[in-house]
Order: sequence, then C-alpha cells, then structure tokens
Amino acid sequence: MTIKNVKDLNKIRKTSLATQKKHPKKVLVCCGTGCIANGALKIVDSVRDGLEKRNLKDVTVEILKETGCHGFCELGPLVIIEPQETFYTKVKPKHIEDILDKSFLDNEVIEPLLFTNPVDGSKITKYNDISFFKHQQRIALRNLGKISAHDMNEYIGVDGYQALAKVLFEMTPDEVIGEVTKSGLRGRGGGGFSAGRKWKICKDIKADKHYVICNGDEGDPGAFMDRSIMEGDPHGVLEGMMIAAYAIGAKEGYIYVRDEYPLAVKHLEKAILDCERTGLLGENILGSDFSFTIKIARGAGAFVCGESSALMKSVAGEVGEPRAKYVRSVVKGLYDEPTVLNNVETLVNVPTIIRKGADWYSSIGTKKSTGTQVFSLVGKVRNTGLIEVPMGITLREIIFDIGGGILDDRPFKAVQTGGPSGGCIPESMLDLPVDFDSLTEVGSMMGSGGLIVMDDKTCIVDIAKYFLEFLVEESCGKCTPCCEGLYQLLKIVERICAGKGVEADIEKMERLSENIMLGSLCGLGKSGPNPLMSTLKYFKDEYIAHIKDKKCPAGVCPELITYEILDNCTGCMACIPACGYDAIEGKKKEVHVITQDKCTKCGACYAVCNFDSILVS
Amino acid sequence: MIHITINGKVVQAKDGEMLLTVIRREQIDIPTLCHHEAVEPSGACRLCMVEITKPSWDGWCDYVTSCLYPAEDGLIVNTHAPKVNELRSSILDMFLARHPKSPEIRQLAAEYGVMKTQFEEVVDGDNCILCGICTRICDTMGFKAISMVGRGHGKEVAPPLNMAPAACVGCLSCAKNCPTNYIEYNMKNGGLTIWKKDFEMIACTECGATTITKEFAEYLSVNRDIPFDYFEKCDACHRKELAGTMGRIANWDREARS
Ligand SMILES: Cc1cc2nc3c(=O)[nH]c(=O)nc-3n(C[C@H](O)[C@H](O)[C@H](O)COP(=O)(O)O)c2cc1C
Ligand code: SF4
Ligand code: SF4
Ligand code: FES
Repeated sequence: MTIKNVKDLNKIRKTSLATQKKHPKKVLVCCGTGCIANGALKIVDSVRDGLEKRNLKDVTVEILKETGCHGFCELGPLVIIEPQETFYTKVKPKHIEDILDKSFLDNEVIEPLLFTNPVDGSKITKYNDISFFKHQQRIALRNLGKISAHDMNEYIGVDGYQALAKVLFEMTPDEVIGEVTKSGLRGRGGGGFSAGRKWKICKDIKADKHYVICNGDEGDPGAFMDRSIMEGDPHGVLEGMMIAAYAIGAKEGYIYVRDEYPLAVKHLEKAILDCERTGLLGENILGSDFSFTIKIARGAGAFVCGESSALMKSVAGEVGEPRAKYVRSVVKGLYDEPTVLNNVETLVNVPTIIRKGADWYSSIGTKKSTGTQVFSLVGKVRNTGLIEVPMGITLREIIFDIGGGILDDRPFKAVQTGGPSGGCIPESMLDLPVDFDSLTEVGSMMGSGGLIVMDDKTCIVDIAKYFLEFLVEESCGKCTPCCEGLYQLLKIVERICAGKGVEADIEKMERLSENIMLGSLCGLGKSGPNPLMSTLKYFKDEYIAHIKDKKCPAGVCPELITYEILDNCTGCMACIPACGYDAIEGKKKEVHVITQDKCTKCGACYAVCNFDSILVS
Repeated sequence: MIHITINGKVVQAKDGEMLLTVIRREQIDIPTLCHHEAVEPSGACRLCMVEITKPSWDGWCDYVTSCLYPAEDGLIVNTHAPKVNELRSSILDMFLARHPKSPEIRQLAAEYGVMKTQFEEVVDGDNCILCGICTRICDTMGFKAISMVGRGHGKEVAPPLNMAPAACVGCLSCAKNCPTNYIEYNMKNGGLTIWKKDFEMIACTECGATTITKEFAEYLSVNRDIPFDYFEKCDACHRKELAGTMGRIANWDREARS
C-alpha cells in the first residue's frame, strides 16, 4: 500500500484507531533491550501460544503488542494488561496462563506479580499509580511502552506523521524554524544549543546540498535513553528528521547509531523500509515537492565518535577523530556541506511540538529550558530506570519521589549528572531546579541526562578515578592536553587512592585541569576534568582525608581501609570459607580474627556476616 | 590585505591566511610540534595557542591554535599572554613526562623553562610524540602507507596490520621529517629497509652512489613525468654535469664575444 497524500495517511489513521477501539483489551509486553535480556521474547511466545489456545489467533496482532522500553528495566520482563493498566513485573512464561485467564479475560489481579512499593512494601496495581511513573511527563517517550515498536500503522494511529503533513502543506520552512525556535527546544545531546537557531543558520547557507544527521551514538556509560527511543519509537525519530530536513532544505539524512545497539538498528531499518515502501521517504513525499532519504551509519564504537566533527568524519568513512577547525559543522559539516546534527531525543520531540504548538511546549519546564528531559536514574536509589520529567524539577523530587529514596535508607551523599563531562552535586544542592543553566552554574552539566545517585558508602575520590579511567580510555589521543593531561590526572588520583598522595597534589590537579580545559581540541578534553573539579570543589575534605589522614571515609579504597572482626562475632564460621585468601581464622562459637597481611580487602566477609561483626575502617 | 595586531604591532596579512604563518613571518618565536608547511594543519600539539580578542568583544578573549585560525581584519593577537605561557609549559611538561628520553623534547622543554617534569614519567615510553606529521605527509603524497592506529595513550604510527606496507615506496619522507627522529630506517649494501619493507636503491651510473629506491623512481616517472634515467645519476654527479654544461656555455659565450 502506498501513502500518496494526506488523505491516504488519514485513512490509515482511522483504520488504526478503529482497530484500537474494537480491541480495547490488550497484552503489552515490553520488548526493550533490557526486558529482552530478561527473557521478554519467551513471554511474547507464551502469550502468542496462549491466545491461539483460546481461539484468539486471528486477533493476536490486535491484542499482543511488543512495545518499546518503559524505562523500568530492572523489574523486567514487564507485562501490562489494558485497558485496566495492570502492571506486572518479573513475569515468567509460567505466569502467562494465569495472566491470560484471570487478568486478561477476567478482571482479576495477580497479586504476587504486582509492583511492590519499595518504601512501604505495599502492592500497587496500576501503572500510573507507581510513583516512578506518576511524576513523569512523557513527550519524548510518548509512544514507548504504548504501541508496537515496529508497526508503522500503529504509529500513524497515534497521530504519527500528522506533523509532517502539517509542515508540508501548511507551513513554509521558515515558519517551521520559527515554531521550533519559539518552542525553546534545546539540544539534548549535551550542549543545549537552540535547535531552531541551529536550523536557521544551516538553512541560510547557500550550498549544493544540506544534510540532517541524527546522533544516536550515546556513549555515556549508563545512559540508554537514545537507545530506548530508537528501539521503541523509530518512526518518531524519522518524522523529526523529516521535519528538520524540510526546514533546512536537506534531501539526505543519516542516523548514526552506536554499534552496540543492534535492536535499534533493526527497528530503524524496518521503519525506514516501511516508509520507503509506502512513499513516506523518497520522492515527493505525500504528494508535496519535498523529497528525502535516510540512511543508517553504524558507529565506530568510540565515545569520541559522538562529537560532531568526529561523527561526520566517521559517517564519511574516515577515522572518527575530531577535526580542529574554527568553522562549525552547521556551516561546513558532512562532506563539507552545511549540516544539522541533532540528538535522538531532540528530534523525537519535534513532531509533538509541531502538532501541539510552540506555546504549549514552552509552557512546560522553565523559561530558558523548556519542555522535558529524559534522565537515566541509576545508582543507590530504590527505583532505577529511564524517566522523563519537566525541566526545573528539583533533584530531590527526582531522587526521593520518583527514585523512591536511597537504597537501604542510607544517607544521600551526592548525585553525578552529565556523565563523564558532568560533575558531582552535594546534598546541600538537592533543591536545585534541574535545567541546562543551573547545572552548568554549579560546575556540572545536563550532558546526556545521566543521573548517578551515591550514598555514604561511595568514595568520591574513587568516583573521580572511575570517570578519569573512562576518559583516558576514550580519549582519541590526537591532542596532548587531553591524552597526556587526563592520563596524568588519573595517575595523581590513583596515587591519592593508594594513600600516596601529598598535599601539593590538590593544587597540581587544579592547575593541570585548567590547562586541559583551555588547551584541548574537542569537548571530551575540554570538559574531561569536570568530574574531578566538581568533586574537589564540594568534597575537598574527602581528598584531604585520603591525603593527610590516609583514610578513606567511605571505606572503599582498599589501600586505606582495614577489615576487623568485632567482639560480637558469634563464631558462626560463615566468613571463613567466604574468604578466598585464607585470611580468617577461628573456631566455632569463638570470635574470629583476620590476619591483616593476608587480607586483600575484597569485602567478601563483610558481605556474608549476618551479625554486623565486621568493621571496615 | 587586512591588518591585525600582534603583540602590540600592527602587521599586514592576507585574509584567511593562518595566524601562525603571520606570526612566523614577523619572526616571533612560538613553539610547534605538529606543524609542517607541506601538509594541512592538524591542531594536535596545541603548543601554538595564542590569545585573541577584538575591540568589539568587550574585553572577552579567546584561546585558539594559531596554526588553524584564519586571520581576520582587526584581530588582536597576544602570542605570549600569561595563560598561554602557562599552558605551553604545562603541555611541554606533559610531553617531557611521556618522552623523557627524547633529546628534542628535552631541549624544547628546557627552552620554555621546564627542566624536569612534575608528572609521572612513562618508563617504557618511546619517542614518537604522535604529531602525525609522518602520516599526513604520506597521505598528502598519495601513498597512505602508514597511519595512526588505536586511540588514546596506546595510539601509535604503523603500517596496516603492522606488516611491510604494499603502498610504501621507500621515499623516506616520513623519517626525514619526523621531529624526534623516531622512524628507523636502514640503508646499506645498496638497499633500504623501512617499515619492515626492503627496497633496492638505484646506483648512480657515474659514481655508484645510491640515489633513491627503484619503486620511488618508478612512481615519479609514471606519475610526475620525470624521466626514469634522471634518477640513475646521483645528486653530486648531476651537479658535476651541470657545472660542465655551465662551463661550456660560458666558454661558448666568451668565444662568441671575442
Ligand atoms: C566527546 C563527545 C561525545 C559526544 N557524544 C554524544 C552522543 O553520544 N550523542 C549526542 O547526541 N551528542 C553527543 N555529543 C554532542 C554532539 O557533539 C552534538 O553537540 C550533539 O549531537 C548536537 O545535537 P543537539 O543539539 O540536538 O544536542 C558529544 C560531544 C562530545 C564532545
Ligand atoms: S580533546 Fe581528547 S578526544 Fe578531543 S581531539 Fe583531543 S585527544 Fe581527541
Ligand atoms: S613518528 Fe615522528 S612524525 Fe610520525 S607521528 Fe611520531 S613523532 Fe610525529
Ligand atoms: S602547531 Fe601543533 S597545534 Fe598548532
């Protein structure tokens, strides 16, 4: 079937909506990478078999939906029963019979599979009653977990490609740019540059060709929002790109996808193919003058390939290394032509902005950071996962309302935002409204939206070391301040963790950091010292403790801690076999002893002791 | 022609010409390690950074690599601003820590007051400073026989798969332009070995001295229209021949006048 014009599009939309109405009862199985890793595909098979057994084979497509990621991966596989919104977690194939009979065909709820509120232990039935979801506002993630990820007709059913139709027939390119600029949409790839302004600069440059590139490289450790969007709403990404292309006059586009994301590639390929088959990509889209094609470019597997100039070199088949030019890529980008590079999340917001209008979008969030932001909330919080919240929400709301507070009720220590380019924010700033500018002001950044929550058992120097290790590993090695400078910073931090730091190290690190930021070629080096600098700023005491007192207050750095067994040891002997180094001696019902020079500080004894008898100091 | 101010002095420059070119023309000394006139600038060493500003920038200034920054009219450049000096010695200090044994690095660092590194020395380090001059020259000449392999601290210059590169013609342009003389080659018994590849050198038909490799001569005669037999004479013998010719012309001239 082809979609030659808006009429055809609306016909599909109507049919799709009618089908939805006819089959309100649905079984949604989350098929994001996280849930698949936990066995979601087996669940899909079981549901399919179950439906066949119940003579529902003909309507399987209408009932069973393989959706995109809900963001709550650690509890997967997730199954939702519609229209009741009953939310089941950690579902196994053996549960499916019960779910189908009781929950799907009948209105019962299967208690044991419900979500348990980690705060008070109560069971929660409905998706939207769970605090993790309740406080969210979903624009970028609007379709994730709601529709079959790879079904174009379903996307059309939820107003998909309506924004495209609107721009093609009701708006000039300048009006599109004006609308996006007015909405205040800022780039979600880290820099926070106004999307509309970027498009305008690009459009105004006379050239043979213009390009649109979608940045799906997502190299920040722990971030997976772009992956989830590409997997769960590939058509949303394509539509955003098409609108951008129309606005700047591009006829070719690329999606640069990280090599480790095979499912995202698969879903995008299918979506592109469906669009090509129906005519939503190609010549004279929807009967207009607009023609556009999209190709997928696979990432080269390095963090630095997400940087704009490196990415464009990589797309062009060269080594993905940043290029030092004082000409921006909007002016001279891919193949030296003006190019708009936008992040996945930036682009997926665009169709909704066009449909609902700039004023609607800018009413969400703060004045200078409009709309919502997707975060990946990880670390020592009760609920971890992907969340989308309005800009300006406080860190406290994110961590305590959505995240459910700190694991095991331990004290909160810090939250790291912005990944390897960001910084650590201390408790005193928990009420900071989260937006681009306020995070930058306190020495961190929005970055790609990573949020790592830390409790009192996290060593801040160790965290700085972790990020430096990552950056030294990922530095492309082209320029000296980044390649050598970050390496030397890491060496100093390693020394401090090993108890060999000296007081002068602090000033040395500060000066070296400044030179790295000033001298580096690309953003990796320029922002590389941020994690270290922010921890030095807010947690200097902890550095001093490592350097002067040779102590790691959090009890993490092996060289600076000792394990001892206290007098309340019951002599249960559990720790003796747990120690892989023969360091523990003791008789039954007698207090055990750790031989210090055999102890490797691995913490195995601490983990098995049921009587809190192991003291780490 | 445009005008820019360098260290207080107004100088002329061509629009779009790189700042480093102008700075060097004014005989102002700033260090560089990755710059080479023959190839495109790369901006790797970051030693050529300068401070720039414009009256319209309201006191704000920027720090840019002069090898890559095109001159614009009215630009005010400070090649030795305090921040720049500090950055340069810090970078040289990093180089010194990475290549403690390189005489070239030690000398340059010493010129900028860095006698001993404050950082941790890399014990088993080599003398390749990863400036990329060799690979860029090889690319520019059209051979692409060697390239940068790997990334970050483990990066190195190498031929594909670390095997004798088919594309190499043994021109020695990499080795002769390496600022730290890191690239090894061996010339003996009428042969040359570089990048693990063995070449035969052409011997001068007059005196027997070696000229260039056969492969390079073939390349030049096919691609640059230089007759192959030109390379069958060494430089010295070419010169002798030239002197003879010039002498004959002079004599002929004298005879003609008398
Ligand atoms: C080292 C480095 C890595 C980056 N990685 C990414 C990435 O994975 N994804 C991304 O969208 N932007 C990344 N960026 C930012 C991009 O260079 C670019 O600013 C962004 O894609 C522009 O899109 P936006 O305006 O929509 O944010 C990275 C930047 C640097 C310096
Ligand atoms: S800053 Fe780092 S990643 Fe960027 S060009 Fe320099 S060495 Fe490469
Ligand atoms: S071998 Fe020499 S020319 Fe090549 S990158 Fe290393 S230092 Fe530079
Ligand atoms: S000369 Fe090395 S960066 Fe300019």
